[in-house]
Amino acid sequence: MAITEKDVARIARLARIELSPDESTRAQNELNGILSLIQQLQAVDTTGIEPMAHPLSAHQDIALRLRPDTASPTRTLQERQALMANTPAEDNGLFLVPTVIE
Amino acid sequence: MSSTPLHTQFDGIASLRKALQARELSARDLASSALDAAVARDDLNAFLHIDRELTLTQADAVDKQLSDGLAGALAGIPIAHKDVFVTEGWRSTAASKMLEHYTSPFDATVVARLKQAGAVSLGKLNCDEFAMGSGNENSAFGPTRNPWDPTAVPGGSSGGSAAAVAAGLIMAATGTDTGGSVRQPAALCGVSGIKPTYGTVSRFGMIAYGSSLDQAGPIARHARDLVELLDPMSGFDPRDSTSLEHCDGVPNAPGRIRADFEAALAGQQSADSQPLKGLRIGVPAEFFNGALAPDVAAAVESALQTFESLGAVRVSISLPRTELSIPTYYVIAPAEASSNLSRYDGVRYGHRAAQYRDLAEMTSRSRTEGFGAEVLRRIMVGTYVLSHGYYDAYYLQAQRVRRMIVNDFQQAFSSHCDVIMGPVTPSVAKHIGDNREDPAADWLADVYTLGVSLAGLPAMSIPCGFGAERRLPIGLQIIGNYFGEGRLLAVADRYQQATDWHQRKPEQR
Repeated sequence: MAITEKDVARIARLARIELSPDESTRAQNELNGILSLIQQLQAVDTTGIEPMAHPLSAHQDIALRLRPDTASPTRTLQERQALMANTPAEDNGLFLVPTVIE
Repeated sequence: MSSTPLHTQFDGIASLRKALQARELSARDLASSALDAAVARDDLNAFLHIDRELTLTQADAVDKQLSDGLAGALAGIPIAHKDVFVTEGWRSTAASKMLEHYTSPFDATVVARLKQAGAVSLGKLNCDEFAMGSGNENSAFGPTRNPWDPTAVPGGSSGGSAAAVAAGLIMAATGTDTGGSVRQPAALCGVSGIKPTYGTVSRFGMIAYGSSLDQAGPIARHARDLVELLDPMSGFDPRDSTSLEHCDGVPNAPGRIRADFEAALAGQQSADSQPLKGLRIGVPAEFFNGALAPDVAAAVESALQTFESLGAVRVSISLPRTELSIPTYYVIAPAEASSNLSRYDGVRYGHRAAQYRDLAEMTSRSRTEGFGAEVLRRIMVGTYVLSHGYYDAYYLQAQRVRRMIVNDFQQAFSSHCDVIMGPVTPSVAKHIGDNREDPAADWLADVYTLGVSLAGLPAMSIPCGFGAERRLPIGLQIIGNYFGEGRLLAVADRYQQATDWHQRKPEQR
């Protein structure tokens, strides 16, 4: 089952990527090449095999630790400024984006 | 220009440490000479960010500690970090235009731990963008060149790390390995590298690629120097949810790997003429067919014979799903990448497009402009295999095959062998620009390293010879069972005591 032009458009939209018509054609060709590689997996009989998300689960019982869901506010203005130093646009501690709701 | 770094007069970190502690030379002089060399070898494009003042300030602080007798185990040792570790001071870009101007408000745990031990950083090393690639050609800031041949790739994704160590610009470097990105460049540059067991080294501050695979590891000339770096790098970190508190009952803390390494060495010395007597080396048949170049096969075979002469025995094993590790990895890693890289939206940090009509366009245009071709490719593959209607067929199926691959390794270790050996790469380093028309062709060359990453096992690469037609380095891969880093390093060290491949330098091969 090959990837169509429509599929590429759907993937690009889901991934928040813009593709020109040329790039879209190129992506379609590449993705179809990659698809033929990963389709080898379909031939493997995996009946009764549990999907593995954590590599060490073959070796030991494992669960990812979760930290307590608590806020840790910045303590000083300088700390806040350091944390926001990389934002493309800010105003007084707020990240600026284009208007979403008029 | 004469610019031989002072540290190249020493055969390793231990002897350099001795000279530093005896105050025969200063951390400042070492750092200064290494910086001169790094600048003089600009042609390699191994470094992305150098800040002379910052490095020399670090070195001065270490010199004071040395005078006060308070110095850590790596005091004054010149190293550098792959640019996927965030650093205070130097920019942290993951070799991406997306993060071209990013400066981190904190150090990655690995960076902080090595700094704490006294290592002096020369800056940040080039790599494939977001660690996606195996030739360092996917860097937004140009490819790194292989010190053995400037027309060849250094491997990747930790290509700058391996090239800088091979060129003698630094004593050691950090790297990261998601599908072979420490082992493969180490092999292609003729240096040593280790990827430890998943979960033993903190990934806090390591820019994420494939979270069920990513693990940090050092690159250096030889196994002993790898111990010097890996031991203080490892240890539990509550800020990484995959970080392990214990390794088979032993606290995950600095000292664990060194203790295992020394215990393994002590065990070897009790049987002097055959120090590796009793060691069972599993040799997977699947690593020696098809794509493997004859010169690589010959070098690996010769290394295996050396191990036999040291007392080890060779056992034929099978890892029947070796080929399947390629499609398995290239479903799972892109899936995780597409999720991890969704954070780059042009809002809080990273590139933001100049022109856009609304929020959605700002995000998509920023991402399209900020990411390079390979990153976009993997995001699209990952998005596809996770999307409605394909999740079960591709992503879950890949996770099932992953378990089968992992079980194959466990079968080998439980019944047949103590370590597994084979090639790292099917051939020596390719030329820069090869495979440009077929981007997925490079993926096939990852066949010997991907299984280990899927299994989270520790594995290393050490130099074991040179190509026949193109005299470029060849690496031997040594794979261990979970938490076997110390033993692996001791096995590699024994080989390096018997051979001199790791001492060869590009100018005197």
